[in-house]
Amino acid sequence: MTAIALDSHEHDHPSGIRRWLTTTNHKDIGTLYLCFSFAMFLFAGALAMLVRTELFEPGLQFFQPNLFNQLTTMHGLIMIFGAIMPAFVGFANWQIPLMIGAPDMAFPRLNNWSFWLLPMAALLLLGSFLVPGGAVAGGWTMYPPLYIQGGIGYDMTIFAIHIMGLSSIIGSINIITTILNLRAPGMIMMKIPMFVWTWLITAYLLVAVMPVLASAVTMLLTDRHFGTHFFNAAGGGDPVMFQHIFWFFGHPEVYIMILPAFGILSTIIPTFSRKPLFGYHSMVYATASIAILSFVVWAHHMFTVGMPAAGQLFFMYTTMLIAVPTGVKVFNWIATMWQGAISFETPMLFSVAVICLFTIGGFSGLVLAVVPVDIQLQDTYYVVAHFHYVLFSGAAMSIMAGVYYWLPKWTGHMYNETLGQWHFWLTAIAFNITFFPMHFTGLAGMPRRVPDYALQFAEFNMISSIGAFVLGASQLLFLYIVVKCIRGGMPAGEKPWDGADTLEWTLPSPVPYHTFETAPVIR
Amino acid sequence: MDTSRYYLPAPSWWPIVGSVALLTLASGFLLLLQRMPAGSYLMLAGAVILAVMLFGWFGAVIREGIAGRYNGQVDVSYRWGMSWFIFSEVMFFAALFGALFYARYFAVPWLGQASLLWPGYNSTWPTAGPGSLASFTPMAAWGIPAINTLILLSSGAIVTWAHWGLKKDNRLQLKIGLALTILLGVIFIALQAYEYFLADFSLKTGIYGATFYMLTGFHGAHVTLGVIMLVVILGRVIAGHFSEKRHFAFEAVSWYWHFVDVVWLLLFVFVYWL
Amino acid sequence: MKKLPPQAVILSLLTGQAQAALNFNLQSPVTPIAHQIYNLHTLILLVCLLIFFVVFGFMFYALFKHRKSTGHQASHFHQNFRLEVIWTLIPFLILIGIAIPTTKTVLAMKNVEHSDMNIKVTGHQWMWEYEYLGEGVRYVSNLGTPRDQIDNKVVKGAHYLLEVDRPLVVPTGKKVRILLTSADVIHSWWLPQFGVKQDAIPGFIHEAWFQVEKPGTYRGQCAELCGVGHGFMPIVVEALPPEQYDDWLKTQKISLAETSSTSSKTYTLAELTMHGEKVYLSRCAACHQANGQGIAGMFPPLIDGAPFSAGAGVTTPLAERGFWKDGKVVLGSKERHLDILMNGITGTAMQPMAAQLSDFDIAAVVSYERNSWGNKTGDTIQPAEVAALRKGVAK
Repeated sequence: MTAIALDSHEHDHPSGIRRWLTTTNHKDIGTLYLCFSFAMFLFAGALAMLVRTELFEPGLQFFQPNLFNQLTTMHGLIMIFGAIMPAFVGFANWQIPLMIGAPDMAFPRLNNWSFWLLPMAALLLLGSFLVPGGAVAGGWTMYPPLYIQGGIGYDMTIFAIHIMGLSSIIGSINIITTILNLRAPGMIMMKIPMFVWTWLITAYLLVAVMPVLASAVTMLLTDRHFGTHFFNAAGGGDPVMFQHIFWFFGHPEVYIMILPAFGILSTIIPTFSRKPLFGYHSMVYATASIAILSFVVWAHHMFTVGMPAAGQLFFMYTTMLIAVPTGVKVFNWIATMWQGAISFETPMLFSVAVICLFTIGGFSGLVLAVVPVDIQLQDTYYVVAHFHYVLFSGAAMSIMAGVYYWLPKWTGHMYNETLGQWHFWLTAIAFNITFFPMHFTGLAGMPRRVPDYALQFAEFNMISSIGAFVLGASQLLFLYIVVKCIRGGMPAGEKPWDGADTLEWTLPSPVPYHTFETAPVIR
Repeated sequence: MDTSRYYLPAPSWWPIVGSVALLTLASGFLLLLQRMPAGSYLMLAGAVILAVMLFGWFGAVIREGIAGRYNGQVDVSYRWGMSWFIFSEVMFFAALFGALFYARYFAVPWLGQASLLWPGYNSTWPTAGPGSLASFTPMAAWGIPAINTLILLSSGAIVTWAHWGLKKDNRLQLKIGLALTILLGVIFIALQAYEYFLADFSLKTGIYGATFYMLTGFHGAHVTLGVIMLVVILGRVIAGHFSEKRHFAFEAVSWYWHFVDVVWLLLFVFVYWL
Repeated sequence: MKKLPPQAVILSLLTGQAQAALNFNLQSPVTPIAHQIYNLHTLILLVCLLIFFVVFGFMFYALFKHRKSTGHQASHFHQNFRLEVIWTLIPFLILIGIAIPTTKTVLAMKNVEHSDMNIKVTGHQWMWEYEYLGEGVRYVSNLGTPRDQIDNKVVKGAHYLLEVDRPLVVPTGKKVRILLTSADVIHSWWLPQFGVKQDAIPGFIHEAWFQVEKPGTYRGQCAELCGVGHGFMPIVVEALPPEQYDDWLKTQKISLAETSSTSSKTYTLAELTMHGEKVYLSRCAACHQANGQGIAGMFPPLIDGAPFSAGAGVTTPLAERGFWKDGKVVLGSKERHLDILMNGITGTAMQPMAAQLSDFDIAAVVSYERNSWGNKTGDTIQPAEVAALRKGVAK
């Protein structure tokens, strides 16, 4: 053998900051992702609090429209790219190797890179608040020509998106390869846990659409600075073309943020129902159908741009079709609970609430899929209500469920169940107080992304704002519970949830730094 | 050497160096866009850091490979990884092609119908748009582009021929094949540059100029990257790397080269010809 | 920041309530399409509610009856092919049931043929311009709510943010086709009671139509984020019986002839600045602010010597025209000033105003800007100068 010294990672455990900067361990990287995403969640949440403060009453009280638009835009961008997506990648890093019996991710160094690109992107994105002209104020969807008008902050956002896109692509390739190539012997594809399936499909979506977003923002950049006319009619381009390309990315992106959540639910519900997941095969097929359909529905975000009737009808039919596999998933979860022995620990409470509230978001999605009704509701608060039901009570609350569910395994300690239940009830109730009235304000005709509104919307807006403040404050309780659990608590033991049956529960808690170095054999 | 286990690398500084490089590059570019000359120095610094990172990281991978750390399972990982990376590149170009098709078959005809705004606009492709008075000569397919098609296609065949050489351990065939591929790649880039030089339109010439230069420009950048990778592989061949059985680095680069070929074929058909 | 006394807040809330009680549903429709939309929404909502209660009835039944704490033992079934097929097919059939009436409405909405009149609607940052095609009538419709109401200095009116200086006037019972476009960014012309929402895309024309059933004043808003004034560009349509509409159209044509004669008059500086302030506050203050200070990094101040830094895209064209040097705004020549106002600066939010303002408006607002907030040029610009410039362009 050669004399070159090559350390394999079993032998090197740097400590302190070096551990986190140079780590190639999937658990460390998962932790980094989760911490980063939590910080971004709190920051973007604080922006939302400012938005709701301005909207508390009609009139301009605290922020001029320019700053207000920056707040809403950055809230959206950071929540999507900084909070929700990295949180799910954090789960993937921690759980996928544990659940399929792999020693680590397939490319540990790339794994590190895909994380450490994110803080760089965040630096550019958050730093844009400090430059002349401020941060982007054109909405997270970045529509030109409005986006062409902005200052340097807009360029910073474009580069941040390029870097985050690179991070997502690398991360997804890593996840796909891990799932396809590093499963323990005997872990055939139709045996891998549902969470792993959903992430495989999500990663495939990410690899397919992040480059498209990169293309779209590159064209924005050249339109802004190098005189191209992609989105300018005078040169033969079309502003709506950007929307088509953006939503070709944007709609799969919606499923990127919800499919891993479905995976978490499909793990937690069987555990606390003490019954295997109902219809595993149909769940896999349903997830795959949702992913495939997500590529042919994008223009339902653009029913008011003036596309021909044939286009509107095509995208309406395909969108309605997505309700079918989504329904199948909900029915399967309920069938899983049926005749079980159900108990209501915090993760289960969150999961049940997610099914209920996500379905409300699904139904409002169906309402919005219907072109004539969408014409009335497009760009109103109804849409704001709809996507918060999907993304907050769908994605974010699933993330919370997953954190409570796996914290004992990750830290070796039980979280405080009483506080967890408090957090759940506060979150679920405040969430509905905040967002349910938005259905009404939207129906009654309040446009979204406005810093000020007509008087007939005053009451509901005040209610929404009060709910939002409670919702925001409850998340500080979440922070406290998590920190407390990391620091100490009742020892969790190997398997704190008696109904759990995936591979990670065969390991001690907290999980050793290296696991499954010799692959377990699955019967 | 125990290769029964999947090789897991030790903690590494390269990723964070790469992140810093990209941040530096982006910051430099930002300053340049604001017409601040300091930006070019910052970009240069970023490029140097990036180059150091690429050398260091790939160097480590090559050393590990030579030391026999990678078992068959690691090899499969690399294959999956490269395939999905190429898939992501395909999607990047797909979006640009999408822009071309959308502009050509939807946006421009619609502009032709909007006589209330653009009276007298003749909406035939190629066009620089209704707001432009400039006339230009679109690039003809059957001159340099046709020659370039021939060049790239034969280079694709030759790299495969080199691969056959490697598989039967005919190092001479391998070296000649690789060198020829590189040569053809360089000629392609030179001809492409010459074509740009001849063109009487620019990036600013409406939607035709924009789609033309973005598509051919990004393709050209990919060819350049491919040539650089081929040069590295040739260097490694000369240094005696690769065996008949284990030579995924070579295969990865040849996959990439074929991908660049296919993109060019589509470019030739949709940008130049039709 | 001035705070309102609490009774004023309550009063404003009460007036809001007097205007309309809490709204839980779509606004009452006044066109055939809006009626169809209203009914479609009701239908789908009922279908959704029904499914919701049935499905979650099962879930909550399980949650209560199949609890571990009641000693329920878990069964172990986990597959039932027939069930899967059933709950795939039933939603599919329901969706087809919804899709049929919807398709009819979509086709009706898109049918803009056989219209009785055509109005070209152009979105601007941040106002709407209406042009009655073939009638020669064209005007701009601005937010009518005074700035003081927005800043909470006075009590808000009943139609706060939903009032304009000049509404769009249309006849009832006629099929009105609107041709939408935009001069700058994307806007969206939305009138909830008409069931019309159509984006205004710069450089493209998109069409929509409505046929108002009864006379009245109907209010809507811009529905696509279009910059800082997005929340402040309402749409008001006044539907008149056809005879009254014809009368209105006639008076418009007469007043149009009158305004064109004002160009020849000579005004004093005081007259100009007085009118100029009005124009400034309604058209310029959204970006450049009422005190002329602009917004840092976005919209330049208009005051000689005021510091201003922004992206090169904003400062370079300013510098080229002699209005910016070394991080400071300088007051350039009045010819350049008129040029910027009338022709705009391409690529920035500064749009050409020549087509939107009268000669008098332009002369007055430039005179005002050159003699306010510490600017003391003493320049008076007369409408005739503006008219001459317009002719120069026409040549």
